[in-house]
Amino acid sequence: MSAPAGLPPRPAGPAAAVYPGGPGASREAAAPQAGPPGYQNGPVQNWMHLPSGYGSHPPNYSAPSGHYSQVPSKAAASHLDDQYRASYYPPYYSAPAQNALTPSVATSVLSTQASQQLYNKTTPQTVGSAEGPTQGAISSASYLITSAQQSYSAFGNHYSTSVSSSVASQGFPLNSDHYAMPVVSGAMYPHLSYPVAAGSVYGQAFTSQSLPAVGQFKETNTFSSQSTSVPHSLQQRVPVGYNSTISSVSAQSVQDNLSRNLTGSVAKVNNQINTGGTDSSQPVHSVSQSIPFTKSGAGTSSSPAVTSSVRTPAPSLSSQPPSSPALTQSPESALQEAIDSSSTTSSASPVLNNYDALEGGGYPETRSVTSSPVPAPAVPQTSKASKPFGYGYPTLQPGYQNAAPPAPVQPSNLGHHPGFQHYPQQYPSVNQLSSSLGGLSLQHSQQPESLRPVNLTQDRNILPVSSVPAPVPNLNSDLRKLNCSPDSFRCTLTNIPQTQALLNKAKLPLGLLLHPFRDLTQLPVITSSTIVRCRSCRTYINPFVSFIDQRRWKCNLCYRVNDVPEEFMYNPLTRSYGEPHKRPEVQNSTVEFIASSDYMLRPPQPAVYLFVLDVSHNAVEAGYLTIVCQSLLENLDKLPGDSRTRIGFITFDSTVQFYNLQEGLSQPQMLIVSDIDDIFLPTPDSLLVNLHESRELIKDLLNALPNMFTNTRETHSALGPALQAAFKLMSPTGGRISVFQTQLPSLGAGLLHSREDPNQRSSTKVVQHLGPATDFYKKLALDCSGQQTAVDLFLLSSQYSDLASLACISKYSAGCIYYYPSFHHSHNPAQAEKLQKDLKRYLTRKIGFEAVMRIRCTKGLSIHTFHGNFFVRSTDLLSLANVNPDAGFAVQMSIEESLTDTSLVCFQTALLYTSSKGERRIRVHTLCLPVVSSLTDVYAGADVQAIVCLLANMAVDRSVSSSLSDARDALVNAVVDSLAAYMSTASNLQQSMLMAPNSLKLFPLYVLALLKQKAFRTGTSTRLDDRVYAMCQMKSQPLVHLMKMIHPNLYRIDKLIDESTIHVNDRVVPQPPLQKLSAEKLTREGAFLMDCGSIFYIWIGKNCDNNFIKDVLGYPNYASVPQKMTQLPEVDALSSERTRSFISWLRDSRPLSPVLQVIKDESPAKTDFFQHLIEDRTEAAFSYYEFLLNIQQQICK
Amino acid sequence: MESVVFIFSLIDCCALIFLSVYFIITLSDLECDYINARSCCSKLNKWVVSEVIGHAVVTVLMLLSLHWFIFLLNLPVATWNIYRYIMVPSGNMGVFDPTEIHNRGQLKSHMKEAMIKLGFHLLCFFMYLYSMILALIND
Repeated sequence: MSAPAGLPPRPAGPAAAVYPGGPGASREAAAPQAGPPGYQNGPVQNWMHLPSGYGSHPPNYSAPSGHYSQVPSKAAASHLDDQYRASYYPPYYSAPAQNALTPSVATSVLSTQASQQLYNKTTPQTVGSAEGPTQGAISSASYLITSAQQSYSAFGNHYSTSVSSSVASQGFPLNSDHYAMPVVSGAMYPHLSYPVAAGSVYGQAFTSQSLPAVGQFKETNTFSSQSTSVPHSLQQRVPVGYNSTISSVSAQSVQDNLSRNLTGSVAKVNNQINTGGTDSSQPVHSVSQSIPFTKSGAGTSSSPAVTSSVRTPAPSLSSQPPSSPALTQSPESALQEAIDSSSTTSSASPVLNNYDALEGGGYPETRSVTSSPVPAPAVPQTSKASKPFGYGYPTLQPGYQNAAPPAPVQPSNLGHHPGFQHYPQQYPSVNQLSSSLGGLSLQHSQQPESLRPVNLTQDRNILPVSSVPAPVPNLNSDLRKLNCSPDSFRCTLTNIPQTQALLNKAKLPLGLLLHPFRDLTQLPVITSSTIVRCRSCRTYINPFVSFIDQRRWKCNLCYRVNDVPEEFMYNPLTRSYGEPHKRPEVQNSTVEFIASSDYMLRPPQPAVYLFVLDVSHNAVEAGYLTIVCQSLLENLDKLPGDSRTRIGFITFDSTVQFYNLQEGLSQPQMLIVSDIDDIFLPTPDSLLVNLHESRELIKDLLNALPNMFTNTRETHSALGPALQAAFKLMSPTGGRISVFQTQLPSLGAGLLHSREDPNQRSSTKVVQHLGPATDFYKKLALDCSGQQTAVDLFLLSSQYSDLASLACISKYSAGCIYYYPSFHHSHNPAQAEKLQKDLKRYLTRKIGFEAVMRIRCTKGLSIHTFHGNFFVRSTDLLSLANVNPDAGFAVQMSIEESLTDTSLVCFQTALLYTSSKGERRIRVHTLCLPVVSSLTDVYAGADVQAIVCLLANMAVDRSVSSSLSDARDALVNAVVDSLAAYMSTASNLQQSMLMAPNSLKLFPLYVLALLKQKAFRTGTSTRLDDRVYAMCQMKSQPLVHLMKMIHPNLYRIDKLIDESTIHVNDRVVPQPPLQKLSAEKLTREGAFLMDCGSIFYIWIGKNCDNNFIKDVLGYPNYASVPQKMTQLPEVDALSSERTRSFISWLRDSRPLSPVLQVIKDESPAKTDFFQHLIEDRTEAAFSYYEFLLNIQQQICK
Repeated sequence: MESVVFIFSLIDCCALIFLSVYFIITLSDLECDYINARSCCSKLNKWVVSEVIGHAVVTVLMLLSLHWFIFLLNLPVATWNIYRYIMVPSGNMGVFDPTEIHNRGQLKSHMKEAMIKLGFHLLCFFMYLYSMILALIND
């Protein structure tokens, strides 16, 4: 039976000793108490001090400023770049948790100070006392304000609220609060120098200042006259408050970069901006309120009149106002765009909405809401506010379907438009800007760029110059700005078809691509005792909900009206009350909540890591142990976790060896269990030990392990029993099991037989054995998943190891799979290096334990299939024992009910997990997309990359459940059907040519690339494990990585000096254009870099310039370049520097650092490179042109 | 003799009806999220074999007792049951696989199948009842 025994090489002492369980157990118990989880990570410490219970924000928000002060010398341009990159994230996003370590004392001062002042500002006095250049401008206005406020003294505090709540009822809860926020952004990036622009706008402001006053004093003013005056004043004044403050920030902060001073200036600026904000919103108020006010007693009688007269035009109007900004903004001056867009938060937007309201579309709402502070009248109006969902959102920008002429249509609105139209041009969102930069200016062409027909057979250069951008949903700028980043959340169709019938007609798959746990540089973290959620569908409150009034909000997924809890009325950011729409939850589509104990089934688990290592002869021969142990030793301190972190080791060959690492032992103790049919744990505890208490023993073990088994003769592998033991060990806590396996398991439960027939590798017909051979691993994975344990598999084998079966252990326990074919520490240095790099990332990356993810979507849509590594526990609940930042997911959806009564749909993923510090957190992403009713619009919004990735996932399923050839046929049919459907809709196209909308022009190319991918190719010799691994990757990789895998990027790098460059963190990064993946692009004189995601190939032509070889590769001539080269030397030459900076720039964009491989034209490794040239013909597959002809033929059939 | 055959068929048919109802209840429990996929599938997989055998026995009995019409009526369903059981991929945990039941609308198709079977068994029940009474009278 079991044979506990001391093993060589270390004299193991009393091997089967009885280990004092008592102390160990008590220590375990004490550990969690010692460190209350909340105090253990950097940012939390700060949050705890703040009285509001909401303190998380200040440090987070201020972190960027701290950052700034640390690096004052950073090039301004790089900041700009950064900001552009992160275009979806308004700059006021807080720093990530890790980053939040930076908050010093100064920053926390900033937050409190700033917010206090903000708070003060709500009283009229401070408005008047605002310092700085705006003072004069404000003074006259503020006088008015005070008078107005005094008359409503009881509601003074509600002032700003009421403004914004009127906005909220319009469905724009979020924007309204930008008054305060932009300041922070300004502080972060003070180098944006606007003085000129600001000054000019500023000058205008003076003139307009008095307008509202006039309006207000006219007692019986008609609505139209008043509102005409208002927009003008608004339009010019908002910039005043805004621009001027920013310029002042830049002035001050440039002078003194010290964070202290910065905080001061920010605080002050906050103040100013807020005054500007209140100012600008003031007129709106005076308008809407003046009705009950000036007509004193007649308020009630007048209100019905107003509403009734307005209600009729409402629907039509509401669709028009947004159209005008859309139309007018595009041709406007680039200068303004450049300046303003960089400070993304536009304080104009809320006003615009208000304006919108004034224009008629929203009359009932404005009235009802603004009057809420007024005690007597108009309460019944609120009922009108609860209109059908979707109406509340100002309509979508017509974008490409803009039939509306740019001129104002409604005579009644004539007066408003001039002022109104100016808004967007001054504050276009970053996305608009970037889209117009990218030539995708949806706004002004009659037919959008994405719908421009492209003749595929004639247009040979369809690849964009740089990477393919994600299409921007055709939403109005405010929603677009708030929308979730396409990196985390992407939909295959950015215009959702209204009905399933329309979707079927389009022949495109509808689904989402998710990367929910992505490493974010900016993430608002919210600590709040109540997390506001919809009471019926449990949706988290998000930027796309509509506030019906102060106290109620309407869920955007199920349309239920919910109450706003008391706590939510308080805004911790501004420290003001009654502004629910300004809360960060409603301001950011990606937020993280610190969850309360309601979200725990048990106390948060500690981080527990168990390493299960193959030590059979095969494994020792491959020599991976040294690399693993070395990486572990190096990263032991960086393993995510807190003081409770536990770690353990199991090794196995034909037996299973456990290691007792009990603190106090002089050295690690090996316990061998040879009874693999009935595996048991040799000792109840001290196999998983506290990392900090037993650190020395762990280090001893890691140092000894690589040499312990050098002389082993054991060739068998009892993986199954080892996994069972690991499961037993982990089941009380849960955590992560990392399995390193080098061969086919041959003993005990879960043993596998070789199923691969090498002769079938290049078969064009049937590829068998893509599915698992046994359900053992699946069952075990589900057991693990139930105990919150994930199994990550590292397969390092030279022969067939049946990855199809082994992968199940990771697939269903939400683990990840790494595969290193023909791994050998010395014969295959590239793989060894890759393992080393992967391990570094793997060990140090963020990890979430005991996670669940739920994806919710607007009523009418339903999710029917999930792709990724997890277990679907119930209809929409994904159980993820572990979640890691490199995991991607995909879901397929169908439209169950027609979406005709809504113009927007939303998707929300909520990922609940326990951080490595023992905090329960919820990360929520919300995506909002428009609904369209015409087929052309569906095509216009198609996201070809997302479509291809989803198709890849579906094809993997198909090839496992049916057959590979079925899957390949389905892929081709997907292209044929969708292009045929497109060509039949566009009747003016010549049927004889193969046309595609611009949005889908890359579709055939990508599908061809998929067909030539390892996972789906036939005819080319592909090992079964390689194929299965490629399939696993397709299921679990996020979109960005998957796209590189499917369609690598090819650059020419021997002339990088001549290329245009960008500046990133003081480095000059050349931007060579993308090349077609075709041998015709390769010239013997050149050198090319191919970026395949996990590997970089550098191909060197025979006649490559010697200077390049000398400078970049460090060899005198072509002949002396070695066959196996995996690193570029640091040569002090411009071309070398450029090449290295380009490569490191590419590397920085992904988590797993790819391996570099230099390939000479005649080296045998050449085939690795050439197999990726997918536009070329191979013996077994079409060239791109042939593929197009083939498609055309099938369409014509 | 005839009556004994039908009495047995009737009892067997009752069992199959109960089984169908049980399938439907369990699947709808899963649909409503009262139980998790794992336990649902293990519950159901336990009974799949009994269902196959139960139905196969009646079918064979009908063949042996030369009731051609009832035999032919039962044959497709019995074949489907056996086919479904045999065609389970080696990596799956049975006809009902917890990792796939929520994918590709499998839950719905299982539900539909259970409903159809329930209807079929009810039809058979009355047929057997009628035949049994007829046989008893004839005796």
